Formats: sequence, C-alpha cells, structure tokens
Amino acid sequence: MSEEVPVLVLSGITKTFGNVIANNAVTLEVRRGEIVGLLGENGAGKTTLMNVLFGLYRADEGTILVEGKQIHVTSTADAISLGIGMVQQHSHAVERHTVLDNLLLGLPGSNGLLDKTSALQRLKEIGDAYGLRLDPARPVHTLAVGERQRLDIIRALFRRARVLILDEPTSVLTPQEVEGLFSALRALKADGVGIIFISHKLNEVRAITDRVVVMRRGEVVAGVDNDDTVTNLSLATMMCGHEPERVVRVPHQIGDPRLVARGIELDSHGSQSPLPINLTIHSGEILGIAGVSGNGQVALAEAIAGVKLPRHGSVSIDGVSIDNPSPAVMQKAGLAFIPEDRIGAGFVGPMALKDNMVLSRFSDAPFSRKGWINWKNILDFANMQIAEYDIRPPDPRMPVGLMSGGNQQKAIVARELAFEPRVLIIAQPTRGLDVSAIAFVHRSLMRLRDSGCAIMLISDDLDEIFQLSDRVAVMYENSVVWETPIETATVSTVGLAMNGSLPTQDAAA
Amino acid sequence: MRLVARTRKTSRVREAMLPVAAVLASLVICGLLILIAGANPISAFGIMVSAAFGGKFALTETLARSAPLILAGLAALVALRTRFWNIGGEGQILAGAMASAWIGALPNLPAPLLIPCMIVGAALAGAALAALPATLKLKLGVDEVVSTLMLNFIVMYVMMALLSGPWKDPLTGWTDSPDILPAAEFPTFWRGTRLHLGVLIAFGAVVVIGVMLSRTTFGLSMKIVGENPKAAKHAGLNVARVTLFAALVSGALAGLAGAGEVGGTQFQVIASISSGYGYAGIVVAMLARLSPAGVIPAALFLAALTTGADEMSRQTSVPFFIADAMQGISLIAVLVAMTLSRYEIKFDSFERASRS
Amino acid sequence: MNIIDIGFFAAAVRLAIPLLLGTLSELTSERSGTLNLGIEGMMLAGALAGFSTAAATGSLWLGVLAAIATGAAIGAIMAVLVLILRLDQTVTGLGVSMTATGLVFYSYRLAFTETGTPPSITPFSTIAIPYLSEIPFLGPVFFNQYALTYIAYLMVPALAFFLYRTPAGLALRSVGENPQAAAAAGVNPIRVRFLALLFAGALAGLAGAYLNLAAFGSFTFGIVAGRGWICLALVVLGRWNPFACAAAALLFGAVDAFQLRLQTSGSVDLPYQLFLALPYAATLVAMIFNGRRTAGPAALMQPYDAERR
Repeated sequence: MSEEVPVLVLSGITKTFGNVIANNAVTLEVRRGEIVGLLGENGAGKTTLMNVLFGLYRADEGTILVEGKQIHVTSTADAISLGIGMVQQHSHAVERHTVLDNLLLGLPGSNGLLDKTSALQRLKEIGDAYGLRLDPARPVHTLAVGERQRLDIIRALFRRARVLILDEPTSVLTPQEVEGLFSALRALKADGVGIIFISHKLNEVRAITDRVVVMRRGEVVAGVDNDDTVTNLSLATMMCGHEPERVVRVPHQIGDPRLVARGIELDSHGSQSPLPINLTIHSGEILGIAGVSGNGQVALAEAIAGVKLPRHGSVSIDGVSIDNPSPAVMQKAGLAFIPEDRIGAGFVGPMALKDNMVLSRFSDAPFSRKGWINWKNILDFANMQIAEYDIRPPDPRMPVGLMSGGNQQKAIVARELAFEPRVLIIAQPTRGLDVSAIAFVHRSLMRLRDSGCAIMLISDDLDEIFQLSDRVAVMYENSVVWETPIETATVSTVGLAMNGSLPTQDAAA
Repeated sequence: MRLVARTRKTSRVREAMLPVAAVLASLVICGLLILIAGANPISAFGIMVSAAFGGKFALTETLARSAPLILAGLAALVALRTRFWNIGGEGQILAGAMASAWIGALPNLPAPLLIPCMIVGAALAGAALAALPATLKLKLGVDEVVSTLMLNFIVMYVMMALLSGPWKDPLTGWTDSPDILPAAEFPTFWRGTRLHLGVLIAFGAVVVIGVMLSRTTFGLSMKIVGENPKAAKHAGLNVARVTLFAALVSGALAGLAGAGEVGGTQFQVIASISSGYGYAGIVVAMLARLSPAGVIPAALFLAALTTGADEMSRQTSVPFFIADAMQGISLIAVLVAMTLSRYEIKFDSFERASRS
Repeated sequence: MNIIDIGFFAAAVRLAIPLLLGTLSELTSERSGTLNLGIEGMMLAGALAGFSTAAATGSLWLGVLAAIATGAAIGAIMAVLVLILRLDQTVTGLGVSMTATGLVFYSYRLAFTETGTPPSITPFSTIAIPYLSEIPFLGPVFFNQYALTYIAYLMVPALAFFLYRTPAGLALRSVGENPQAAAAAGVNPIRVRFLALLFAGALAGLAGAYLNLAAFGSFTFGIVAGRGWICLALVVLGRWNPFACAAAALLFGAVDAFQLRLQTSGSVDLPYQLFLALPYAATLVAMIFNGRRTAGPAALMQPYDAERR
C-alpha cells in the first residue's frame, strides 16, 4: 500500500465541560474512500468529538490535520470550507424555509445574490449520482424524519465535503431507509469521500464500515479493521470494557391487570390514520415498547400519563377508570412517569435537589399542610433518598442541573419509586448513562417489578427491551402494530414490525 | 471570548455581594459623569446622601418615595419569578391610581369605607389590567412582552384623554382630576412627615409576598412554573392557573402603588402620577435579585437617587437627569453581575495549544 | 379649517418617515432573533447626536452621520450585552433605553443649560423631484419631501431585496428562525445578530436625526416621545415584512398628523389622546388575531449558546 496522506487526522483532542472530561487525548484517522465506524456507548464522547471537528465546540487541546495540513477549526464555517460535512443526530434545518433555501444557506452566492439556478442544477446532479432526491420547493416542516436526514446529507455534498460525519444516522430510519442510506454511502465512498459513521448499533457498523474505532469514557480504547474476526461480541466487549452482562430473566409471578388502556387514538403520523391502541399491563409485568424513535412512543406515554391527552381513549388503573386525566390525577391514581428528557421535563435544573425530590408531591402531607410548606420534612426526605440511592454529590442543596446524568437518573428513579407507584412509565431509562448506572437502573426496575408494579418500558434499544420485558409491543406510525410475549419474539421479528410489516406466523415461529 | 457555565454552586456570600458590586460599578460610572459636569464626585455624592438620609425630613421623604417603588418592584418580582414578562407595571399603576381617585371622590360612600374601597379598587383595577395579557398569552399564545408594553400606552393616553376631557378639574381647568374627599386621604402615621398608609402597605406587602414565596405551596409552584414550565406540567401543576395567579398578584401590587400615590401624596390623578415607577419596578426587582427582602434596599436606593439628585442639581452644576441615567446603568450592571455569577468568561486557548 | 387637505397628507408622510425608519430597524433586529427594546433610547440618542453635531459644525449631513454612528454604537453595546453575555433581551433592552434616555437628557442639560437659549439649526429643506412632484396629489404628497425621506423610501425595497434575494439576507432570516441550523450550515449566528443590531442601531439613530434635522428643526425632551415603542408595535402589525411595515408606518404617520391637527385646530371636540393610543390598540388587536399562528421569527428572544448541551 502506498503511504497515502489520510484525508483527516485528529490527534490528542481533549475537551472538558466543567469537571466532566468528554474527550481525553483522542486520536482518529480517516483515509480517502474509507468508512470508519466510531463506536461507543452513549456518553462515550463520540458526539463531542465530532462537534469539535465540526467547529461547534472548541477543544481544550489537540490538533486537526486535513490532507496533511494542520487546520484551526473555530467555527462551522471553517469546518465546511475545509471540506468537512456533518449530519447530526437530530436534523438542524430551518423549519419555515424551503429545501432550496436551506441548501442555499451559508453558500456565498454569485455576484452577491442567491444563486438558485446553479443550486437546482447541483441538486439534480447529486440526485443522479447518489440517488438522493428531494423536492426543492417543499418547506422543511413538511418533510418526514428520513427526508430531513437526506436534506442534511445533500447539504454536506453541496459543499463538496471530503469528510462526511454521520452521527447515529440510522436511529431515525426504518430498515429499508437504512439500506437506501447505505447504498448512497457506498457511492460516496467510491468517489473518495472519507466517512465517519457514528453508531452504537453493532450490526450496522459491521455491515458498512471498513474499520472500527471504539471509544469508552472519552477515550479511544480500540481500533480494528472490520474483517471476519470482528463479531458483535468482540465489539460489545470493547465498548463496555468487559464481556457484557446478560441479565437472564427469571420466570416470576404475573398478577392481575393493573393498567388498562382502551382505544387510545394518537394524532395521525404519515399517510395512514393510526389504529386505536389497546394495552394491558399486569401487576409484576414489564411491557417493552419497541419502535424506531418518533413513531408515537412519546405520545403514547404522555397520553397515558395525562400530559397530552389523545384524541380518544380511556385509561383505568386496578379496575378504576380515570375520568378527567391530567398529570396530577394520574399521580393520585398511582401512576409515575419518568420522561425521556429528564432535565427538561422531569426536573427544574436550577432548583435544589431537595425541592426537585418533591416536585409533584409538595402539596401533599407531610411536605405541606393547608398550603404551608414544611421545609424540614422535605429536607429529611431528600437526605433519606440521597442515602438510600447513593446520589452524588450527597448535597440536598445542589442544583440538579449541575449533577451528572447518572445521578440525575438515580434521583428521578428514587423520587418516583419512593411513592410506591402501582404503574410506572419509563422512557429511555438508560440513554446517556455509563455501565454502572445502567446496571443500577435495570436492577431498580426488576425490584419494582417484583414488588408488583406494572411497568411500561419505552426504549430504542432492542437489547434493553429483550433483557427486561415480559412482553413486547411494537409501535409504527403512532399505532401498536404487534404485541407478543417476549419468548415468541426475536430481534428480526420485532425489527420487521418496527418497519410496519407484520411478522407472519412463519417468521415468528 | 465566550461564556462558559460554572459547574459549581456559587457561595451565598458571593450571591449577596453581586448587587452591591453592581451598585458600586454604577456609582463609579456616575462619578465620571459628575466629573464631566465639572463637579467633585465625592462632595456631590455627599450632598446626595445627606439629602436622602440626613435628618428626619430627608429620611422620611426618601421612605415615602420608596413606597411606590417597593410595590412596583414586588409586582415585577412576582411576575418575573413566574417568567410572566409583565412590563405593564406602569399601566397597572395608572389603572390603580384612576380607580382609587374615582372611588375617593365618590360622595355617597360612607366615609370609613372610602379608604378600604380605594385600596381594594386599585388592586382590582391593576389585577384586571394584568389579567388581559395573561389570558391572551395562555389562551392565544400572544407574547406578553409586547402586549403589556402596548397596554401601558393605551392606559396612559386614555387617562390623558380623561384628564383633559370629562375628568378635567372644574376649579382650576388644569388637566388634573378632581381632588379626592378629605376622608379619603390616607392618614399619616408620623405627624409632619409624608409617611402615610401607603408606605405601611408597601412594607406590609414585602412581608406578605416574602412569606408567600418562601413558605407556601403557591410560592413554590410559581418558582417551578417560572424555571421550567414543562417540568411543572409533568409534575401535575396547573401551569395556566399558576401563571394567571402570578399575573393577578403582580397587577394588584402595581395597582396598590397607584392607590398610594393618589391617597397619600397627590390626592388626585395628575398626568405625571406615576412618572416611570412601573419601569423602575423592574430595576428594583432585578437589583433585589428577585428576592422580596432585597426589594426594600433596592427601592430605597432608587428613591434616594431621586431625592439626592434633586438636591444635587440645586447645589451643583450636575443636572437632575443623573438619577435617570444611574437607574438604567445600575440595572445593566446588576444583569451583568448576575450573568457573571452563573458563567465565567473564557478566552480561547485552542489556537495556542495546537500551535505548540 | 379643513383638517384633511393635501397639506395633511404631506404631513402624514413627513411624520411617517421616522416611524418607517424605526420600524425597518426593529424589523431587522427581530428578523435576526433580537427583540430590541433599546430602540427608544437609540432614536433619542440619534436625535441629540444629530442635532448637536449639526449645531456645532453647521453641517446637517455631518449631523446625520453622527446620529447613525451613535445609534450603531448603542446597537453594539446592546449586542455585547444580549449576544455575548446573553443577558435577557427584554430587561436589557429596557435598561439600554433607560440609560440612553438618562444620558441624553443629562448631556443636553449640561451642554445647553436651562437658562440659556438652545442653538437653533436650519433644518433640511424639501426638494421637489422634477416631473414626479408635478403628478396631481401624489406629487406634492410624496415627491416634495426631504432628501432623508427619499432615502427612507429607497430603504424599503432595498431591505426587502437584501432579506429575500441575498445570501446574507437568507442567513439573517435563518438565524432568527433557527440559529442552530444556521450554525450547522456554516453561518455564525452571533456575528449575524451582532451586525443586524449594529444596522438596527444605525437606522434608529437616523430615525432620531430625521426628527430634529428635518421634521421639527429643534431638540426637545419629548422629541421621540414613544415613537420607538410604536415601531415595536408596527413590526407586529406589518408581520415582519418590509412592505407591510412601510404601509403600517404610513397609516400611523397619518394618525399622528391627524391628532396634531386636532390639537391645533381645537375646533373639533375629539380627544386627540385617543388617536395617540391607536397604534398600540391596533397592535394589540392584530396580535389577538394572529394568535398562535404567530408570524414572528421562531427564535425571537432566544439567546444562542453554541455549547449548550
């Protein structure tokens, strides 16, 4: 092999946020026409590293070389002009503007004017070359998630990116869309574009990449060529630092129906209007809700928890139907809801931990009487929870926003479990957590299940669903399309259902 | 240069020192302004201090002037804590003033009822005026910054139209409303001073609001809604009700400021009955760092500025308007100080590091 | 006396121009995502800078330049406060207006004491545009005005062209809608918003200068008298569109001229103050009708923090 100069070299990149080290002396190389998989658990520092490369964050230390020349990326404009393109996890486009305007944004134009003619020409070229097509006149807010991602890729190609970063690109796509993306990536690779493919999905990384770089806790821990020796297990072991622990579900007692949701109709999504959703979760049972993110899981959780009422539908708990559901009413009925966006919806970031521990309960005894708050009882309660769940730092006056993600999750789990819920809805319970925090959350959920709580577990992570659930329900376009005991489900049948095609008896068998 | 969020709790002492530092910074800037005017800043500030605090008359006058500022400051504080951007304090004060002047001149009302009715009427008028933008925000999503600001001018011009038309003082023919009845004048509780019932109400309101915010579930609800409405909703709070309640309390407090000026100081509505108290209230609330106890020193500071600047402009070449400038400068200074307590300014070292 | 005559319409245009300039100023900053409550102070500072420079140098155009520079300087201060330090736009804007007002009155009093007579300037005279000014009605109303008026006319299509046809205009509108998206496309949101505030300040300063260098010929404490706040309202009425904003400014220039005539004629028994309240009331009504389908920039009043996680 000739000693070709790599198209991109990152070396010694260090980035800290306050006292959290997100990247510690990270080194990464990408050659022309190479697809590098950047693998790691949530919070391993992959996204931070890419944001540094793209000029969104500034590194504390380190150098970046593009085609052998050292560069200083201080803004996204620098990165773009150096041929670096980025497709972020969540699309960043101006909703109200058209596809064309979003493509033109940031381009220099010709003679000081927006150059629509040549933009349309280029859009057609990209469509012909890579099969990436979009109607330039459509406003972005009418695009589906997959189409928005296509817009982001086209935008990077518009600027003739030589390095393309894709951050968890498949998490918003169905398997078919993933295949379409992969064929576009192969075409790009053939044209000599270097691609960084960030993911924590092992199968996809193995399917598309030439080389895999694994990050853990802000550091690069391994870099291997993607050949026959690489297996899911070997990659997972590198990601976690040890062979991943498989919690084996032990058979256990499942009781009477606790949460019964009947005829819940969510807003329409995509072409078809969604089917009414009927769900029953029994005492001591975990129902896993699987699905590609954005297929109504959040809406279903919010509908049952009374946060955002559905168009139709009713909910009952332990046989008592709830008449005017609202978050307060559902809490009174024994339902706890831990939303995905913990700091945004579960906590008040600038407020002290102790106040956050009673966020939904401070109006009740013993935390207040007749509208008068008993601060001492609140403090005692918070201290008790801090001790029991080992929340750090053990300071009840610490603003929650300054705590680590793992401790925030511990605190919210502690808070909701303290009131012994009969039903728990928990969304993405381990997203962004490190291994030990994940184990803690999983253990807590198991314990709660054993105590008879009915748990609805929403997760994008199929492994997590299979690890914990007794039954699995799959959501697609705001409907539940398939529901089955976990014993009769496989990753491939669930995957098919996530794609909207019902698994046949043959496939399920 | 960029801001980086601090990751550690800031100490309480440091927090308490922020407004002090801001006031000091604005004093330095004003010292420069006084120098430009050709006066000695030290002696000019000396004049201000003695005019504001030296002796019974000065002190009580400053206290009396602080009353509307305290109430307007509390009004702003309650609203801002709940993130209801009520900058309509000025209009709500005028509404309160008009309501109390109208009630105070009603000949058929029994004399002992006059003053209570004026107070309640003013509070209701202020609350009603705040209820409108709050309802528009909650029902229609109308931004309250612009709507409350617009209402200030609408109320002001309606008041001017009344004063030059139906309400014109029949005796003098000036654009003032008729005097309120003698029985409607707020009693003073210290003979020979202007310390009237309105001052007492203002200080009482500090205690009431302070207790409400720190000891009741209402206060905690308002804080939660203000800091994170989404989390408030998830926690089962009724965000709309809490916001409306905060708006009503805010408007009522501003209305009370109007009642105090009519009942205790002017005894009628004049065109300059408020002269910017509503906006000054925002300065007071920010200087107080949204804490009720802080409202008193903050209001006293602004009141002393005006009494002091009055005297300074008489004795030196320094124009009175220094008080207006200083009010704005101290507001900006305290905002900067608050930001610097939550963030630190970082200068980038990346280029240096990567060149090495 | 007949209140509505050709002179009335000419006066309406004359009074509409400062509103027009101020509205375009506010529109520019709001389209970039910054609510500029400092506009009232910027206009007042521009008025004093323009007046005192013109009085000192004898050159009206130097006065105009000084007003523009002063407005832009305050815009820069506002930009540092709300963009770099990320202070709250509402409270900071009020603070900037308060401070500017206080400083303007302070320095005016220092320069021209109460007892002395303030210097007088000879304001701009009108220029009749050949041919155009001879069109019946439209000629005397629109084309026998000050040079600054003609500049203001040109500003409307120029700003619209800039916003909708140039890359920089697209960047400005995008930053006001979604700064994260603009950053991802290589636009620096802070830089764009900074420049927008500089330009907004300059226009506001020009609006202030127009008031005393063209419309009134003198400086008084009440020269701006809330016109900055009206511009805030007119942007809402004009739904953030330059042409609609210009029409709104013209309409309320006419309302202003009408109430002035009412005041001076004294013959009609209509409280002129109610006409002064009209722009504010109309804005409130417009906001009610716009309702949730608000036409405003999506990221208005949202600070941009690149490293927010």
